[in-house]
Amino acid sequence: MRYLTDRNRVQGLGSAHQGVHHWWMQRLSSLALLPLTVAFIFPFGQALGQGHAAVVALYQHWGHAFVAALFITVGFWHLAQGLQVVIEDYVPAKAPRTVLLVLNTLGNWLFAAAGIFAVAKIAFSA
Amino acid sequence: MVQLTLPKNSKIRTGKTWPRPEGQNVRKFQIYRWNPDDGENPRVDTYFVDMDSCGPMVLDALIKIKNEIDPTLTFRRSCREGICGSCAMNIDGANTLACILGMDEIVDDVKIYPLPHMPVIKDLIPDLTHFYAQHASIMPWLETKTNRPAKEWRQSVDDREKLDGLYECVMCACCSTSCPSYWWNGDRYLGPAALLHAYRWIIDSRDEATGERLNELEDPFKLYRCHTIMNCAKTCPKGLNPAKAIAEIKKLMVERVV
Repeated sequence: MRYLTDRNRVQGLGSAHQGVHHWWMQRLSSLALLPLTVAFIFPFGQALGQGHAAVVALYQHWGHAFVAALFITVGFWHLAQGLQVVIEDYVPAKAPRTVLLVLNTLGNWLFAAAGIFAVAKIAFSA
Repeated sequence: MVQLTLPKNSKIRTGKTWPRPEGQNVRKFQIYRWNPDDGENPRVDTYFVDMDSCGPMVLDALIKIKNEIDPTLTFRRSCREGICGSCAMNIDGANTLACILGMDEIVDDVKIYPLPHMPVIKDLIPDLTHFYAQHASIMPWLETKTNRPAKEWRQSVDDREKLDGLYECVMCACCSTSCPSYWWNGDRYLGPAALLHAYRWIIDSRDEATGERLNELEDPFKLYRCHTIMNCAKTCPKGLNPAKAIAEIKKLMVERVV
């Protein structure tokens, strides 16, 4: 039980003075993903189903490896930004929201790092 | 997590059906009823109104029901011409003002509920306390630091025109209560109405607190819960576009950092 005025309840802890960076980066990352997705998907699609050797050969080419690494980096970055918004929208309870936000950030860093490492390993094995 | 089912005491039951009058032009109304004093669940009562002896608007029918059929039906109304915003309710599945929605615009039965996702005080009356407090929090007044001029704060015709499409808002709460983001996070998200008013003062050329206003709004919840769903613009009975006002605020936020 708390006796808060309506104004006090609305003001809460005040403004976080952040949000514009996240919003702006989300737009930039989605813009970057437009050409990156096209540049990644077509060579990947051609190699798909052609066996291990074909995929290794594809990503031993510096250009394809570079695009793949960029796509993975920006892709997981964008995914983290988007999922953060989803979590903030739909998980109101403080504890689960905090846990999910932490998992979202760390998980996407982990996946991005693993992807870049995999591409680098193939690229530098040439 | 998100609550997907209504609590037991909020489940809506079928209520009383009032007698159907004689006449060729009779329309059926299904109206949400809830009384805080009787301990019962909400219910939907059915009324029949002879439109030949009733005004053309939904509010006319509601007033006729209250005057002639069931005096316990409770709703807000005042100006009956779309300028006070009192009779905002959910009619035929959309939030609007009962006084400016014509009966001829509704096909079939007329279903009337209170504004969605707000605490109900009684029947069609939502508790808008939090909504009004949010409006107050954006400082809906002219903030100045320069000494007051001898005559008036001057504004060019061009700058005045920027307020068109904003100043007309009557704070009926149709937009905010139609917004899913406001439903889920209304405790912290200011909602389309308050943000439209915030923008109205941000772009007022006479206002000298633009930066402070933007500072206060820059928050993941106060402002950035808007995902351009556009329900606000679709439902606004005054034909305003709060989503655009919010987008303009977001653009100004970027302008400050780029």
